[in-house]
Amino acid sequence: MSELAVAALRLGLLLVMWILIISIVSSQGRDLMVGARNKVRPRGKNPAPVAAGAAAGTAGSPSGGPSGGAPASGTGGQSTGQQQARPLPTRLQVTEGPLQGSVVDLHGSPLLLGRAQEADLVLDDDYVSGRHARLFPQGSRWFLEDLGSTNGTYVSGSQLTRTVAVDPGTPIRIGKTVLELRS
Amino acid sequence: MSQVSSTPRPRRNTELVLLLLGLCIGTGASLLAGLGMDREITSDYWVQAAVLAIMSLVFHLVLRLRARYADPYILPIVVTLNGLGIAMIHRIDVAEGDDAASRQLMWTVVAMGVAIALLWLLKDHRVLRRWPYLFLAASGILLLLPLIPGLGMEINGARIWINLGVGSFQPGEIAKITLAIFFAGYLSANRDLILLAGKKIGPVTFPRFRDMGPLVIAWLISMGVLVFQRDLGSAILFFGLFMAMIYLATSRVSWIILGLVLVAVGGLIAVNTISHVGLRVDAWLHAFDPEVYNRGAGSYQIVQGLFGLASGGLLGTGLGGGRPDIVAYANSDMIIASFGEELGFIGLSAILMLFVLLVTRMLRAALGTRDAFGKLLAAGLAFTMALQCFVVIGGVTMVIPLTGLTTPFMAAGGSSLLANWIVVTLVLMVSQSARKPVAVGPMVNASGSGSGHLDRTSGVPVETPAGGVTA
Repeated sequence: MSELAVAALRLGLLLVMWILIISIVSSQGRDLMVGARNKVRPRGKNPAPVAAGAAAGTAGSPSGGPSGGAPASGTGGQSTGQQQARPLPTRLQVTEGPLQGSVVDLHGSPLLLGRAQEADLVLDDDYVSGRHARLFPQGSRWFLEDLGSTNGTYVSGSQLTRTVAVDPGTPIRIGKTVLELRS
Repeated sequence: MSQVSSTPRPRRNTELVLLLLGLCIGTGASLLAGLGMDREITSDYWVQAAVLAIMSLVFHLVLRLRARYADPYILPIVVTLNGLGIAMIHRIDVAEGDDAASRQLMWTVVAMGVAIALLWLLKDHRVLRRWPYLFLAASGILLLLPLIPGLGMEINGARIWINLGVGSFQPGEIAKITLAIFFAGYLSANRDLILLAGKKIGPVTFPRFRDMGPLVIAWLISMGVLVFQRDLGSAILFFGLFMAMIYLATSRVSWIILGLVLVAVGGLIAVNTISHVGLRVDAWLHAFDPEVYNRGAGSYQIVQGLFGLASGGLLGTGLGGGRPDIVAYANSDMIIASFGEELGFIGLSAILMLFVLLVTRMLRAALGTRDAFGKLLAAGLAFTMALQCFVVIGGVTMVIPLTGLTTPFMAAGGSSLLANWIVVTLVLMVSQSARKPVAVGPMVNASGSGSGHLDRTSGVPVETPAGGVTA
């Protein structure tokens, strides 16, 4: 084959390689634009900063005044704007069971409930699993997730089948213990 | 939903088109190399092209059947890289009178066969989460295998191979995957404990030892074994994997700082005490010093590689037009220099771009999936692949000291090929679970029972119509 043809084919190979790259990039379209579309996501991923941010936001908004519209929350102001007015409950009260009357202060970080010693709230009760349930903040609400416990977690009398939001005053039953969030 | 959701389209046809384009590149490169060297196009060329094409089309069909929603870009990218690798190895074979390309082709068939079997049998990567300690034990055994007398082989001062009778195998490559599975499984289950329980000293919260224990043990085993085997490249890779996984799970920058300090201290000690590492660093710092250049373990290889890259220029000498075979290990450690010489800056940057795209696709799978285990696994594996590319290509281009690692999918070497195909298959499975449409009914526990602690985004928004987090 003539040298010219080989040289042309060599250039052609480089061209085809870049055509492949360009077609991959162009067919991805908006698939990689994760950051632009989903600003909330990083907040969801890091529990500690989220909680800190949410707490700061809620602490800031009353002083800033509800009339201020989307208040001082800064990072997540738009997405959580509606909820921002309500402060994140800060206490977990035990209303029934062996630990009745005790109060757990919540610092806006996730809480593990269960019989195991490593749990944040140790419930010494045969009906409670080692790692029974998890309470975690997101935005301005607390969410409760059953961690596959044997006897289940009940919110307002119905058993949890998935993660639900828990409002202050709603009874959470785990074994013999009943808990309530307080603002 | 705060989940990064993509439109649930399988996009397998896109994959097929891109795959055919990739196969054209691999085959075209091989044929061009033959033409460039004025060789007769023997049956070898067609056998290689046909085998690669058949295997990738079978892989594609299995994806259609078993993982319809898996990422459509990963397979074409990987097949392109693998095809280019075989083409270059074959081209260097012709110059050197070796037969590495048929071994590489055989290993490609084995690797893709294993990958297909894995895809067919495993289907859901979450099964792997069940036995983290099994994978820890497997990693330990795999890393220790080369130290067993009789079974282990020492090549060029590194004792990282085992003799399989038919050929050598590097079990450390597989240990990289099993260790990643262990880290992902352990961290996804114990993340909250590591984050929350512990003493706060100054601004840093130190986790309790019993929460960190298994991780520290895993790390010590891999590092200790690597020190005994004198394999610097793998040591960097394992350490990077460890740091990346911890950071991904806890999102604490303090870990990264701590890790970098450890790298600096460990690096200084290694340079001053281990002669083999000291020589490597010397060859990097004073590469063009005639004394270092002519020394036994000197900078001859790396400088020849640089000359090769330089003679390639912008467009390259064309496949078959250069002399990449002058460089030692032109088809394995230095294959990037060979490509730089023959495809030039434009071709080499295309290859780098393919690696970048591959890593972004792997990270995208991690972002999209709902389970903590899959997230950690895919992101950890993506980071490892990126780090490996950096260490190899950085070494060849003299950004960092040269260490013996393989360029993923391209360099001659069966164990690396097998390991990387398994990595890609695992990520494809994660992306399948990330992209497939979910049916969320009222009774579905979307996060799955005990699905790990990272998993706080799923299922939640269904309950919050007012939208605490709904975008």
